[in-house]
Parts: sequence; structure tokens; C-alpha cells
Amino acid sequence: MGTIGQYLRNRPRLLERLYSISHRGILRLSPLIEKIGFERADRWLQFPEELTKRLMFDCTMCGQCILHSTGMTCPMTCPKNLRNGPCGGVREDGNCEVKPEMRCIWVEAFERSQRMTLYRQEMMDIQPPVNRQLEGDSAWINMLTGADQRVSDGWDR
Amino acid sequence: MISGSNLERVLRAGHFAVTAELSPPDSSNPNDVQRGIEAMAGAVDAYNSTDASGAHCHMSSAAVSALVAQQGLDPVLQISCRDRNRISIQGDVLGAAALGTRNVLCLTGDDVVVGDHPEAKRVFDLDSIQLLRMLKIMRDKSMFLSGRPLTDPPRLFLGAAANPFAQPYEWRPLRLAKKVEAGADFIQTQFCFDLPRFKTFMKRVVDLGLHEKVYILAGVGPLRSARVAEYIRSNVPGVRIPDAVINRLKGAPKGKQKVEGKKICIEIIEQIKEVPGVHGVHIMAYKLESLVPEIVKGAGLWPRPAVQIPSLNGPLPLNP
Repeated sequence: MGTIGQYLRNRPRLLERLYSISHRGILRLSPLIEKIGFERADRWLQFPEELTKRLMFDCTMCGQCILHSTGMTCPMTCPKNLRNGPCGGVREDGNCEVKPEMRCIWVEAFERSQRMTLYRQEMMDIQPPVNRQLEGDSAWINMLTGADQRVSDGWDR
Repeated sequence: MISGSNLERVLRAGHFAVTAELSPPDSSNPNDVQRGIEAMAGAVDAYNSTDASGAHCHMSSAAVSALVAQQGLDPVLQISCRDRNRISIQGDVLGAAALGTRNVLCLTGDDVVVGDHPEAKRVFDLDSIQLLRMLKIMRDKSMFLSGRPLTDPPRLFLGAAANPFAQPYEWRPLRLAKKVEAGADFIQTQFCFDLPRFKTFMKRVVDLGLHEKVYILAGVGPLRSARVAEYIRSNVPGVRIPDAVINRLKGAPKGKQKVEGKKICIEIIEQIKEVPGVHGVHIMAYKLESLVPEIVKGAGLWPRPAVQIPSLNGPLPLNP
């Protein structure tokens, strides 16, 4: 989307540091947010979170953000919503099978992850199926409550 | 033996395996499936039943697999993530296993936009790696993804796809590693026409030691004509056909392009047999099934080991 987003996404090392700092920041704010109440904080945060993440990453509010594990590139912007890597349909020029005019987001994710240092290895992690019940939630709050880490009982990490 | 499938037995016995794609009919007539099976009779170890490949409607892969199993042969049930969610897939897998399916190939699936119903809703509730892991959970933990127990788990030989010919090239061996970690027992690759690219891919796969953890079957197939090759190249997602191959087809005498296509296929198989880490070939001969026995013979892969499939509910044979 926006040029700000493009500018930032092409600086994955800066982004992963920003992520790391804000991650720790949110964890530090946890007691305060707990006092406000997670549900109320979720309502307050949804709009600003969506606004910033949409500008930066074309975020679709899946509510379970794994950006840092996928080269600071949102996997939900893949038309097939793939969270574990590119499909076999990527074009010779590196563009998307579904949207020929768009660069495959996994080609970008892979390139960016190669430039990252903190979370580069996480591209190899197997990402569990999406919990569709979290769609629309604030991923920040789901991170604090641990909702984004909960998987189906059969799934083993 | 995990599944007792013929494909698993052939691979574990150290044979160079041969599987082939069975084009599903656009009809409700089981004889149409039978004709495809007969055209390839005795030439292959297992028959892949495609799941609306290219996002075109055909008879369902679970039904085609059941028809193959009814013949005492070994089906490979292909499952794409495009059309069904996790509830539907788990039910279909149990049903297919009950009807004799022991091999499954987990695929992302071509997108609806390339098919005959581009206005359809794409599902992609899971991706292919999550699908693989889910089936492994059903098989090994005897439970649904939800954790609810299964009284009799499906015995499955789990397959996944690899496309060494799609970007980003350096990621492809790593993606294969992820599929192995997720539970893949065997791999079938996309059409292999670009041998140098395939060798580069396989070298990395061998360096990573993946060929010792998973059986790799290279995808091959005859091209009917230069025109068909050009159509496939520009319309089937993920297939690369070098100009050299198309020029060779064009250079064949009039009416002989099909023969040349078969010859190219045999030559490619012969080269693939020499590539370290490859355990077999997967022949995709869309509407050219009758060529499969000739290709298998031409490539020196005839006769195939006798098909052996233990009875559905009997004990599994011990490891060979």
C-alpha cells in the first residue's frame, strides 16, 4: 500500500529492532493494561493498531501476528493466506500466481529475512493453523493474554 | 511400515519407484476411471488421483482413489487446501482410508483464478505444511486436530510436493526441510524439464541430509506437441519448460511431435536416475496415459515389483 509502508518494509533490520523494542515495551505495560482490563484495552487498541499496521504492513487484523517470524512481511497478504512459505505457483519473475502484477510476498519475506539478524531463523518455524476466532482482535492484547499462542489440543509445537 | 501401501513397500525395499497421475473424468461413470487405470496397468507402483488440479472441476480425488483401491491397486489421494477447511478434510481422509487409501499427497493447490470457476470462494483454511502436520497427528496420535480421539487412526504414507523451479530458488530446499519436519514421508516434485536447476536443488537437498529422511520422486511427463508445451508453460502455475525443449518438439517431423515428446521424457528420466538423492519418478501424462507403459519400459524401469497390499483391517507386515 502506502509509500511509508514500502519504505519501512525494505528496512527489515530496522523493523525487527523496532519490533523487539515495542514487544518488550508492551510486556512492560502489561500490569497497567491488566488493570484497565484486557477486553477494554482490546477495544481501545483495535483502531490505532489497525491504522498503523495497515499503513505499514497492509495488516488484515488476523489477531495473531507473526510478522517477525516471516521477514517482517505479513503472510496474510498472500492471496492464499499461506503462513509457512511460498506455494509452487510463484512466477519466473518472482510475482504472485494469483495477482501477476504483485510481487510474491514470500519472495519478499525470504529476501528480507536474509537481511535480518534477530529473528531470521524463525522462518524455519512451523506456524500452526490460524485461529479464525481471533480475527479482528488486537494482536498486541492477544500476545499479552497468550491467546495468540493457544493452538488446538491435538497440535504439537 | 507406517501405512502398508505398495508405494511405501517399494520405496523401503530400495526400488526406484514409479508413480503416475490418473486424470479424473468429467463424468459420473466409474468405467472412465477404469480406462485410465488399464492404460497404465502394470507400469506404476501407485496412482495419484488429482484434486481438481488447475482448479478445474472433475470427479473427486477421494472417489477416484476408492475406485483404484477397489482394483487391488494403490492410490495416492491428492488433497488441496483450496476447496475445503480442516473439518471437511479430516472427514474425507477418514473416509478415503476406510475405502483403501494409504497414501496422501498434501498440496497448497492452484488458485481458483486459473480454473473454470474463477468466481468461487478460495478456502485455504490451512496451508500445505499445516495439512501435513494435521494428518500426521491423526495417524500418530490417533486424534483429530481438536484433540478428540480416533478409535482407529488412518494408516497413511504422507506425501508433499516440491517445486524446485519456482522462486525463491534458495528457499525451496529449506521449504522441503520444513515439510520433512511437518511429517512428509515422500515428495513428488513439479515437472522437471530444467535439469541443471533440478541438480542444483538436489545438491542442496543432499547437503542438508534430507534425502535420508524422505523419499523424493521427481516429476516428469511427455509433452504432446510444441503448442501444448507453450500452453502449459504460460497457463499452468509453476511449470517451467526451457526453450530448448520446445524447439526440439518444433523440429520434429510433421505428426511426430508426440513421439519426440515421449523420447524427451525418457531421456529426462534416464538423467534423473543418475541424480544423487532421487528415489523415483512421478509421471504426469495428462490425457496421454497410454504412453506411460512405453515410457516406463523405455527408461528401463520395467517390470515393476508385484503389487502387494495387505488387507484393510489385517496386521501390517513388518519392516522388510
